[in-house]
Amino acid sequence: MDYLALYVTLKLAVVTTVVLVVLAAPIAYLLAFARFPGKSFVEALIYLPMALPPTVIGFYLIILMGPRGWVGGLWQAATGGSLLFTFLGITVASIIYSLPFAIQPMKAAFSKIDRRLLENAYILGLSRRAAFLRVVLPNSVSGIAAAAVLVFLHSIGAFGVLLMVGGSIPGETKVASIAIYEAVEMMNYTAAGMIALSFLPISYVFLLLINKLNEGARA
Amino acid sequence: MMIFAALKKRLKYFDLDVSLSCLPSRMTVMIGPSGGGKTTIIRMLAGLQSPDEGRVVFGDEIWFDSDRGINVKPQKRRLGYVFQDYSLFPHLNLFDNAAFAAVDKKEVDGLFDLFKIDHLKKRKPHMVSGGERQRCAICQALARHPRLLLLDEPFSALDVVTRRGLREEFKSLKGKLACPVIYVTHDINEALFLADEILPVVDGKKDPGWMQRTITREPKEGMTARGAREPRLALVY
Repeated sequence: MDYLALYVTLKLAVVTTVVLVVLAAPIAYLLAFARFPGKSFVEALIYLPMALPPTVIGFYLIILMGPRGWVGGLWQAATGGSLLFTFLGITVASIIYSLPFAIQPMKAAFSKIDRRLLENAYILGLSRRAAFLRVVLPNSVSGIAAAAVLVFLHSIGAFGVLLMVGGSIPGETKVASIAIYEAVEMMNYTAAGMIALSFLPISYVFLLLINKLNEGARA
Repeated sequence: MMIFAALKKRLKYFDLDVSLSCLPSRMTVMIGPSGGGKTTIIRMLAGLQSPDEGRVVFGDEIWFDSDRGINVKPQKRRLGYVFQDYSLFPHLNLFDNAAFAAVDKKEVDGLFDLFKIDHLKKRKPHMVSGGERQRCAICQALARHPRLLLLDEPFSALDVVTRRGLREEFKSLKGKLACPVIYVTHDINEALFLADEILPVVDGKKDPGWMQRTITREPKEGMTARGAREPRLALVY
């Protein structure tokens, strides 16, 4: 069995989840509470990866992260290396691909918080940031956990985007879903079946977790 | 320190235009029908909303002045605000709620004793009654050593018996407070029971005749008090 591919998948999913939870929380907070011109346009832009075919996202990321794209160009100027076909490259791709799945549950959890709680926090002397840390976050734990689980599941399942941006370099960018695809291409159904089977319990347990979290949020 | 405010604000159904003041250790009760602008006034004192025009002065500090473009944030006004309900933080137990912004956390025990919720310290807000929650909310506001105490219908979501009990407790507490207290209610009994000064507010304006008109059957009947027919009302007189 291709343990290396499974390892890359899990590493990618963990890194994506950690980065996204930290990155998405303030964005979701702004979307839930702030009012600014063009907010709906920004919001639609953030959700775009959910609506686009993964290969289309992958295509644009290649353009952007390639040596002639401005992100890839800057990266090459700074480090001398390429972003494409590296673990860092697929991590960036995976973060963009899963961004909407982090934002949505968090925004929903933040929006449910009674405005008066925030006002009371301000009256009691808390700055906006302190109120976010001491009032909003602790009251949105289940929403944040749901976001983390969704992002994790979504990124272990990524295929098209990663294949376009990362190719299939063992130990670097060859994730389990690509390994399954390649095994099937080579008619090696046993190998494909083994990797496929290892996904089942992971996904199942995480779905159970989501249900528990949803119950917790309702109670 | 005394609070003085002159406030003007254009609202959806009327223009608010009120001035009020309150001395330390005194209680001004704002009364009037629902939707008359009482909560808006109190929110403007707290800094949660801004008047279109006017001034809010606390002692020698200017909290709001439309002419000079001053608007002190609620965080900096250091006041206590007790909301009608739902203002306790659901993730904290009652003690941690009251100690949330306490000047000295040791004082919280004393406050809990005073308000008879000492045995509920470890409970979360959803595990106690509405009356107990409001007691805790008052402790939370007092623990911060507020320079001004604002209460927006703090007992109106409670049943009659609890409300009456809390009202009495609060009246006895009032003597010990050194700050001005502004209290909003739509309950005439409560206003007469608690107030040093009553400010009737109707459609955003001061309306001194409102109490009289409300407790008499018809304005034309003059002094035929409804209190004579409603014993509970009569008790307060």
